[in-house]
Amino acid sequence: MSIFVDQQTRLVVQGITGRDGSFHTRQMIGYGTRVVAGVTPGKGGQQFDGVVPVFDTVADAVRETRANTSVIYVPAAVAVSAMFEAADAGIPLIVCITEGIPVLDMTRVLPYVHERGARLIGPNCPGLISPGRSKVGIIPGSICRTGRVGVVSRSGTLTYEIVHQLSTQGLGQSTCVGIGGDPLIGTNFIHCLSAFQADAETDAVVMIGEIGGTDEQQAADFVQQAMTKPVIGFIAGQTAPPGRRMGHAGAIISGSSGTAAEKMAAFARAGIAVMKRPADVVPLLKEQL
Amino acid sequence: MNLHEYQARDILRRHGIPVPPGEVATTADEARAIAARLGGGPVVVKAQVHAGGRGKAGGVKLAANADEAAAHAAKILGMTVKGLTVRRVLVAPAVDIGSESYVGIIVDRTSQRPVLMVSAAGGIDIEEVAAQTPEKIHRLAIDPRYGLLPHQGLGLALTLYRDIAQARAAADIMQRLYTAFYTVGASLAEINPLATTRDGAVAALDAKIVIDDNELERRPEVAALRDSSADAPSEVAAREAGLTFIKLDGTVGCCVNGAGLAMATMDLVKYYGGEPANFLDIGGSSNPQKVVSALRIITADPSVRAILFNIFGGITRGDDVANGIVQATREFPLKVPLVIRLTGTNQELGVQILTQAGFSALTDMDEAVKQAVARAKAA
Repeated sequence: MSIFVDQQTRLVVQGITGRDGSFHTRQMIGYGTRVVAGVTPGKGGQQFDGVVPVFDTVADAVRETRANTSVIYVPAAVAVSAMFEAADAGIPLIVCITEGIPVLDMTRVLPYVHERGARLIGPNCPGLISPGRSKVGIIPGSICRTGRVGVVSRSGTLTYEIVHQLSTQGLGQSTCVGIGGDPLIGTNFIHCLSAFQADAETDAVVMIGEIGGTDEQQAADFVQQAMTKPVIGFIAGQTAPPGRRMGHAGAIISGSSGTAAEKMAAFARAGIAVMKRPADVVPLLKEQL
Repeated sequence: MNLHEYQARDILRRHGIPVPPGEVATTADEARAIAARLGGGPVVVKAQVHAGGRGKAGGVKLAANADEAAAHAAKILGMTVKGLTVRRVLVAPAVDIGSESYVGIIVDRTSQRPVLMVSAAGGIDIEEVAAQTPEKIHRLAIDPRYGLLPHQGLGLALTLYRDIAQARAAADIMQRLYTAFYTVGASLAEINPLATTRDGAVAALDAKIVIDDNELERRPEVAALRDSSADAPSEVAAREAGLTFIKLDGTVGCCVNGAGLAMATMDLVKYYGGEPANFLDIGGSSNPQKVVSALRIITADPSVRAILFNIFGGITRGDDVANGIVQATREFPLKVPLVIRLTGTNQELGVQILTQAGFSALTDMDEAVKQAVARAKAA
């Protein structure tokens, strides 16, 4: 098993003919993901690279190919519409890679998606990968190994760094999920932790948070109350100044809340072993397993 | 993006919220003229700067007449508040205040909705109220599909005012503030204080609006309100080059791909006993030119003693970064040591390019950070 994506994943790529969409579609196909359809309005009827049928709408793609997962690579100005469209087409898992979506737009997208029973991952995220099974998004397949550690993170390249440490030191992953660096996201730490707890093939979880908001504190409470599997945690931004947006729209310390120190303390109180630096991941996990 | 008080007041006024008159001055003479235009009576002179606690820092002064307004403006213009130089003052009539309340809207991450917050304990100590007596702040999550419903606004307004006419006026202001919030693409909009005057009217005396940076592309009229003179010149240059850069106080210049890794790199610099000079994210699709711009900005900081590259290639390609480093060092020779960590996509190609140009590259993050800290200390 794994969480959210596996061999049953039938992927439709929204924005398949764009610069990013086409590049990453080839990467995903190369990894073994079943990319069954692409969507670019006006290019319906074409074939992408001679192997993937392109449709004008997500609804057409779902009807013709039984796609059950969508990944969105379209620019920020049209990404909101792409999320609404995927939800309307009945796609149960929508992964939005696009960065730069206004937060107020997300206040409208999230209830719409949830009411249709869909799960949104992102936006502004690297997507997810179940090594050896399916990759949806942009996480480099080459750094992952099959295994039994679940990884959930608000970051992109920091996740690669930590996954790289795991893989090169013999700890493979069941699924790695990048939940995104924006203040409003569809899937949070708790959703992922809960799925990892239920997954028979995950033995432990690495949770990578950062400054801003209180998602990590809530996740810590959840770990304490509902998880039996070991969880280790990292928080980026211990040296970040307050009031400044550190790249990610959600990575900002406002007032006294959202600091790294506060989040690390919440982890420690909940029995989550806290990594001081990325290189601590393997030694800490080995202590726990 | 932070707006100045006078810009926020303009936005509120355009949305029909009662805001007392007032104009902005950049010189003492202008301040005198504005005070005279306002009738020559008592005015308040307020520093326009992106920092809280202006009043406590001496950036807000009451003047009895136009000459005194000019004298205060002369003192306030050029002063620094939390490291920021004051270049403008707002001159507004002094209002005889009956009571001070707080009204604000933020996007709440947990409820994933805009949340309206009001408190009868408004004024300069609202942050203390929030920390010490949070029960004095009433909060309401708004369903964005329906907006602020009239009874919701009135219900909150009645926690501020017993007088129904004042409560209705405050509810109307909340409704208009909510509209303004969405219209300009704000992540925070607050009125503090929302004041009652001696004649019983309710008015917004001070306002703060923060715009979501992701809104600026589709709202050029809001983007035009940016005051680049309020930002560090290096941050303005970085923004123009498409980089995210934040200046810090240390000596190790950092150049990283990805925000999370950039923060983790700064933290690791500190872990090994150094201090980061900056946060810098070169972003995902790095072309060599971005790396050149990044190096130009880092090297312009005289406190930088060593430069650390930490690149984990995903979308970012190692050869692009290597080419950028080589190109930059041809354009302007570096005066400080450079430590490069390069791994991931096209790592071999990148290392080859660097080696041919006489640089060496490491693959381990901890090793690179340790070396950079040591070099910065030795310099």
